[in-house]
Order: sequence, then structure tokens, then C-alpha cells
Amino acid sequence: MTVVAPDAAVDRSAGAGAVQPRRRRLGWLGFTPFAVYTLVFLAVPTVLAVWSGLTDEKGTFTLANFGAYANPVILKAFGNSIVLSLATAVVSAVIGAVICVALLAVNPVGFTRVVADAAASVFAQFGGVMLAFAFVATIGTTGLLTLFLKQAFGFDINSLALDRTAGPLINQVSGMFFVYVYFSVPLMVIAFMPALVGLRPQWGEAVATLGGGRWSYWVHVGFPVLAPSFFGSMILVFAGAFSSYATASALTNTGVIIPIIMQQDLSSETLPGIAHVPGVLAIGMIVVMALVMWLYSLLQRRAARWQR
Amino acid sequence: MNSKFRVGSALALVAAAAIALTGCATGSGSSSAANAKDCKTLSTAEAAKATSAADFGGFDCLVQAAEKEGHLNVITLPPSWANYGKIIAGFQAKYPQIKINSENPDGSSQDEVDAAKADKGQSTAPDVFDIGTTVLNANPDVVTPYKVQNWDKIPANFKDPDGKWFYDYTGLISVGYDSSKIKKAPTSLQDLLGPEYKNAVAIKDSPVKANESLMDVVLASVQNGGSADDLTKGVDFFKQLKQAGNFVPTTASQATVNNGQTPVVLQWSFNNVAWGDAEQGGNPKYKSVVLPGAAVGSYYNQAVASGAADPAAARLWEEYLYTPEVQNLYLAAGAYPAMLDAMKQDGTVDKDVLAKVGDAPKDVTLLTADQASKAGTQIASLWPAAMG
Repeated sequence: MTVVAPDAAVDRSAGAGAVQPRRRRLGWLGFTPFAVYTLVFLAVPTVLAVWSGLTDEKGTFTLANFGAYANPVILKAFGNSIVLSLATAVVSAVIGAVICVALLAVNPVGFTRVVADAAASVFAQFGGVMLAFAFVATIGTTGLLTLFLKQAFGFDINSLALDRTAGPLINQVSGMFFVYVYFSVPLMVIAFMPALVGLRPQWGEAVATLGGGRWSYWVHVGFPVLAPSFFGSMILVFAGAFSSYATASALTNTGVIIPIIMQQDLSSETLPGIAHVPGVLAIGMIVVMALVMWLYSLLQRRAARWQR
Repeated sequence: MNSKFRVGSALALVAAAAIALTGCATGSGSSSAANAKDCKTLSTAEAAKATSAADFGGFDCLVQAAEKEGHLNVITLPPSWANYGKIIAGFQAKYPQIKINSENPDGSSQDEVDAAKADKGQSTAPDVFDIGTTVLNANPDVVTPYKVQNWDKIPANFKDPDGKWFYDYTGLISVGYDSSKIKKAPTSLQDLLGPEYKNAVAIKDSPVKANESLMDVVLASVQNGGSADDLTKGVDFFKQLKQAGNFVPTTASQATVNNGQTPVVLQWSFNNVAWGDAEQGGNPKYKSVVLPGAAVGSYYNQAVASGAADPAAARLWEEYLYTPEVQNLYLAAGAYPAMLDAMKQDGTVDKDVLAKVGDAPKDVTLLTADQASKAGTQIASLWPAAMG
């Protein structure tokens, strides 16, 4: 099975530099749709969001909106957002990686693998109100699992909540963690699987020839080669959780995480004049993501040394 | 059985056709009458400045101009809110040539203003607003003056003298409860702190965002010895509710009541009434009570949008809302309409409905615009600190 596996790692390193000149001249044409798409749906909205944070209601430049960062509520929400996303990312990355390794052992065109790939693609997109409702129906106050645990074992699922007075588990940050992990694990599988498939069986054979065991293969070959993709996928999961809004807003109406605060500020009818605060919160979120990416680049530099 | 059914449906068809025909007849009659009086043909820009039906040459001419526009954009009117489902359907039946586009039904007042600004000059721009006072005061430019024919029946303190805004209705904050879970109707807010309300009590949106939820806090304040000027005691009550483990911090909706997530909801009486109405998809066991003692209301404002895409239809909508027919529909939902007193005097109020809903209590706290904006500022710091 491993013989027919596409060799992603090798493709990546050998692909550059081998481009035909004729192809390169027309290359921009193929790239244009993506570039336009990125510009219209990513670059322009980002610039507009940042700009709105730097202006007041009349459109004149101001730094006053940054006063939001003196507000303990907003700082706490940032803390919650970061901890929630980090916990989601780490747990999902570990579970997802284990699933990937397990999937490596089955026939790549066989039934199990095809079903697992399809399921991962579908569940990674299962989010928003539908997912929230599914969890409400499972571990909500009158959820199936909640009632089963209560009747069968006398166990109250809400006792798992970190804050016992902040309402049912599902409506607080510690409950959102389970929901986020649910859609993040399949995302991790999709993102990380190609890298695992790229591991060449010859490397394992080489380690074995030199007298190494399974452990030394993973420590000296597998992990160093996979580390960049592993952490890269983890960052993807972190970003997904960090920016998730629809799922959270279906579960809580309290500004416990940043995306909810942004929405409340944008459409508040009780306190007008704060519609530009979300702009600076967006800047804050970009800074957090930039920090995470910077940490990633440090790691990758380290990983590059391993790979030499 | 089958043939009986066929006869029945045939009869219904004939009846429907007859109604449709008479509808047509009266419809064409009114527009021919309008033609006879030679209406003023106003350009869109001129219509956007009309301050009364007379500016069009009379009500029939307004109807004609609105029908010529052919559509009406309303915004943030949930069908189960204050009977808007029936009110919109009634307009549609009365003026079938005007198609209603109902945008963002669950949005907030701020969303109305945002839409007006974002869609300015486009055919999708909102024509009319049903808007909270605080947002309206912060954005006075989005509305334009208009006085409906029944202007004099709206009390003087319920309207802007120039007609920029006029109250439409108010609810009272009531406590809705699923009677299959909460056996005994609450008689005070203190009841909600009891153990049988564990993980049960919810409000709609956060009061830092939604006016309706802000009024929940005002009610908790005035019921606990505080006032509308200082909401500390109101926030304290919700903090106690949270500490008792009774507060569910999720956005309550008809769905969360039906699926058992939020068996108890504090909100406008007209919403609590609608959520218990099986005809509108509600849970018939969901009942509601306006607590004894001080009550809290808050009139919403009607206003014509200055950037209305359909200026004539916008004005016709306002005329329609201030007919006894529609005011009675508000009342039937448990919302007290602005023309209620005048209608009680001239006898146009639906007495059965009034008897069923009950007269408004004497002690109703209504926030002034100034109080409302102060309350909004205060809640923005108090609420997250207590509930976050």
C-alpha cells in the first residue's frame, strides 16, 4: 500500500525550478482568479476592518478606540478566546494525529480510508447553528446524553463546567471547547494526512538496516520530518477556533469571547457610538495570529535544522 | 368522504373567487376615483419630501403612487413580534400590487440604521423603521418627517411635533414560563431565585446590545427598590440569579423554549404571548405573567426613512399602521398601541381583545431618551462585570 502512496514531501521539494518558460508566461492567468478572490474577500475586508478601528463615527482618524484595551472585560474575553483556541488546537492536533497514524495502517483506497476521508471532509465543515443545536440536543440541559447520564448514573453533566454559576455547561466557554474540538479534529485529519502519507517507507527500512527500532524511527526521522506540518495544521485549527463566531453565538449571549463582543458592539441598540470598537479588536486578533505565526516560524527554523 | 371534500373545496373556491372579484372591484374603484381627482405626480425626490397624504393630492393618490412603486422594504420585523406576521399579511391583502420585502427580521435597531446607510440609493434601502429611541437619537438623519391622517389620535407626548418619529406600541416586561416545568406561576422576581428555577431563567440578547433585555434589568431595578436612573440593583438581581445557578446565558428564542433550554424568559409581554401560541409554532403550555408592582414599558418609534427606496409605499405603510384595524392587531398581541386612548374614546378599540389583554397598569416606568442613553452607558460597564 505504501508503494502507491503519492510522495508529497518529495514533490514539494522537487517541484520548484522545474517550470517550463512557456508555462510561466501564461502562469499569471491561472493565478488571477485566486488573486482576485483573495483581494476581494480577504485583503479588502481586512483593510476596511482595520480602518474602521482607526476612525470614529464621522470617519475622522482617531486612536480613541484603542481605549477598549483598558477594559478588563475585553482583556478577559481575549484571554478566554486564546485559552479556548489553544486548548482546542492542542487537543484536536493530538487526537487528529493519532487518527492519521491509525489511518496510515489501512488500505489507502480501501473502504475504511475512503469513508474516514469523506467523513473528515464533511465534519470539518459542520459548524454554526446546526452544530450548536446538535450539541444542545446531546449535552444541553434537556440533551439526550445529559438525561441518560442523570438517570443511569445520577451524574450531572453540568458539573463538568469550570464555572458552576455560569449556567449549563453547553452555554459557557468550557462547554464550547467540546463543540470546537468536534469540528477541529476532522480539520486536523484533512490538513495533516497528506504529510503523513508523504513519509517514505524506505526511511523506515533505512532506520531498521542501521539497527534502529520503531521508537528511534519516530524520534529521529518521523517527528522531525512531520513537525512543520503538524504545527502548521495546529495553527490552522487555532485560527479556526479563534475566529469562530456562529457556533459560539448560538450557545451564549454573553460577551465571553472576542467574536461575540465584536458582534454586540457592531449592532448595539443600547449604547450607540461603539460600532468602531470591533475594528481595534480585529487588529488585536490579527496581532495574536501574527504572534502565533511568528512562533511557528521559530519552530520551523528549528525543524529545518532537524531535517538537514 | 372524498366527494364531500370536493364539494367543500369547490364551494371554497367559489367563495375565494367572489372575494377576489369584489377585491378587484373596490381596488379599481378607488384608483379610478383617484384619477378623477387628478393626483399630483410626484417624482421620487418630491415624494421623499412629502409630509402628509395631502402632498400627493389625498390618500387615494398616495395609494396610487405606492402601487406604482410596487414594493415596500420593511426591516427587523419578526413575524411573531407584536403580531407583525398578521400585520404584514394584512397589508399584502389590502394592497396586493405592493410586494413587501422583509429584511433581517431578527436584527436590532442599530442594524436598521446600518442597512439604511449601507444600502443608500439602492432599491433595497429600508423604507420604514420600527426603531428604539436610543439608536434613533444617535442617528436623527436617517428619518424624515411625515404625519399620518390619524396624527391627532396619537397623544402629544408620544410624537415629535414635526413628525420625524411617533410611538407605535409598547409591551410590558413579563415573565414567561413553561407550565409543564414550573408548576406555580411566579408572583415576584424573588421567586426566580428558588431551586426549582435551576438553569431555567433566560433573557433574549445581552442588555449591552438589546433594548428589550436592558428593560429586563430596569424591571429588576424598579422591582427591587432601585430606579430607572440607577440600574445597580437590577444588575445585582441578575448576579444573584447567576450565583443561584438559575441564569442561562444563551439567547432565548421560541426554539429554546420549545426544546427546553430556557423554560423561563423575561421579555416583552407581546413576545411571551406569541411564544405560547400554538398557531404561531409556540408551546401551548408556555404561559406568561406581568408581575404585580412596578411595570416597565418602552415605546418603539415609527419613522419614515429619509433614504427610502419607495417613498410613497413607506408613507402608505405608516397610514396603514395607524388605522384602528392594525392598532387592534398590536393590542391583540399584548402590545399597547399609541392610539389606544383615542380608540377607547371613539369606540374603535376591539373591546373583546382589550378585555382579554387587560388595561395597562397604572404604574408603568417609561424611560426618557436621556434615561435610556444613561442606562445604556451604565449597563455597558455593570453587566459584563457582574455576568461575564
